[in-house]
Amino acid sequence: MAGSTPASLSAEAPAQSAPAQPVRRFSPAADAWRRFRRHRLAFVSLCVLTTLILAVIFGPLIWRVPINEIDFGSKLEGPTFVHPLGTDDLGQDLLARLLYGGRISLAVGLAAMSVAVTVGVLVGALAGMSSGRVDAFLMWVTDLFLSLPQLPLLLLVIYLFRDKLKTIIGPEGGTFVLVIAIIGGLRWMPVARLVRAQFLSLREKEFVEAARALGASKLRQVVRHILPNALGPVIVAGTIDVAAAILAESTLSFLGLGFPPDTPTWGRVLFDAKDYLDIAPHWALFPGAAIFLAVLAINFIGDGLRDALDPRRVIG
Amino acid sequence: MSRQYLIRRLLIAIPAVFGISIVLFSVLAMAPGDPFEELATNPAIPPEVRMALRAKFGLDDPIWQRYLHWLLAMLQGDWGFSFTSRMDVDKLILQRLPTTLVVIGSSQLLAIIVAIPVGVLAARRPYSIFDQIANTFAFIGFSLPTFFTGLLLILVFSVQLDWLPFVYRADIPGSGLPWIWEHVKQSIMPVTVLGLFQAASLVRYVRSAVLDVIKLDYVTTARSKGIGERKVIVKHVVRNALIPVVTLVALQMPVVFGGAIVTEQIFRVPGIGSLLISAMQSNDTPVVMGVTFVFACLVIMFNLIADILYGWLDPRIAFR
Repeated sequence: MAGSTPASLSAEAPAQSAPAQPVRRFSPAADAWRRFRRHRLAFVSLCVLTTLILAVIFGPLIWRVPINEIDFGSKLEGPTFVHPLGTDDLGQDLLARLLYGGRISLAVGLAAMSVAVTVGVLVGALAGMSSGRVDAFLMWVTDLFLSLPQLPLLLLVIYLFRDKLKTIIGPEGGTFVLVIAIIGGLRWMPVARLVRAQFLSLREKEFVEAARALGASKLRQVVRHILPNALGPVIVAGTIDVAAAILAESTLSFLGLGFPPDTPTWGRVLFDAKDYLDIAPHWALFPGAAIFLAVLAINFIGDGLRDALDPRRVIG
Repeated sequence: MSRQYLIRRLLIAIPAVFGISIVLFSVLAMAPGDPFEELATNPAIPPEVRMALRAKFGLDDPIWQRYLHWLLAMLQGDWGFSFTSRMDVDKLILQRLPTTLVVIGSSQLLAIIVAIPVGVLAARRPYSIFDQIANTFAFIGFSLPTFFTGLLLILVFSVQLDWLPFVYRADIPGSGLPWIWEHVKQSIMPVTVLGLFQAASLVRYVRSAVLDVIKLDYVTTARSKGIGERKVIVKHVVRNALIPVVTLVALQMPVVFGGAIVTEQIFRVPGIGSLLISAMQSNDTPVVMGVTFVFACLVIMFNLIADILYGWLDPRIAFR
């Protein structure tokens, strides 16, 4: 019909005059992707992050140097052909260690983000759907958690619980579970607040009322109607959370309270390198640059997503 | 500002202290490990003695009783005895606290001095080249972890150029100007690391706060009265835009303390942050608990100060 509408009819139906020119229609996802690509830095960051992820997934399969092969003959060497990123004080190959450790650093970021987003969405949805006392209490708890000193508390929990978990799950797995649980457990508050705010406005919208009128259960209203519409800001907050979690994990490892020494996460390698700054600066520079690149890329991607997923913003 | 507002804010802070103390205590109570575990495996000590000891130290009391006991002791300043330093925990922390406060204070000052002009200039011409550069640098600033910037600065200014010392010393001998200069020199790097990290996130807040204000009618009025642009920005825009920034500075305090722990560790600043880490390395639990409690109290105190300042700067808040 569009395009063949007579001009006289357009007076009573002005909305139809818009599709008079052939306009390509985009699905919401394609539209978001189109907007995302407009943000040049975000797009470049996405490429950088994809490269990093591919490198840590497939790198150890290609670069088959063991991460713990000790060779005192070539210790603290700068970058050479045999060791492209140099070696540490035990002569272990840094490239292999960084590739392997990157898996853990990035995995911690993603896993802690999932914990934070899950808890945040649950708390926020519960607070947003129930009004009155439950809402007030949940928000009080959220504010309380927001005013906790994060890093000291993180350190405290690790300090008190690490030995116990190590004996149950093993040193690496135990630390992994503990680190993602507490980083996630201390970062859900912004998501909870966002989700609650979204829910408060969305649950009064007509389409939700329509669903309610059709007899949709509360759960169905939330899962099918409200949550999908509240997801945009949550995705953005979740992206930023990945960066924050990577930073938190490397901070813990850098303070010597994260992963055990034989698990070369980027922060841990930096911790080992910091006493050799004068003799072997490359040892500290490469893991630091890796953390910086990953975090910067994720932050820019979050910024790009903020532009792409905000329906009120008109870009090109 | 009314006295009512002050009292209301103080009363709101009390449940927060209780909440945080409950969180701390439950972490401590849930933690595995029994102080009398060693006695259980020692065959020379009969179980009755162990039970009697447990009863004597109140370990078998109901949990709320133990909490009250612990809270009262904390509030009275009875924080226990440091095993490694051989002195009372409260004295030890009081000794270290001023250094931390000086470092945090001066880095916050640096952050504000850098962030406000940059944020205001960026907001005056949004999406200009200056704005984009400032925005990019802000992103780089808060993506660079403090421990990495610290190491980079040490590498450049201490190892390569040999301009600045990379170990902070509290006991520099001498007096007068050279003594002050030594102190300034050794604080430059820790304060810069922490301050620039803070400034990076602050710039974005300042920019959006100024953008919120700069389009308002009263600014147009001020301009149309013929007041110079400079005066409009400084006297009319910035003064109002900075009100929410005050709150944000205070809300950032937990992050600042986190950064302070890291920087103190890198530069070996003898503050409570490095005390916390060394206490953890030597399993000195009373010190660990004490320092965490102090950090929590400082955070609440800064939130309270921000609330009160906010009420003072923006009288509308106090009457809500």
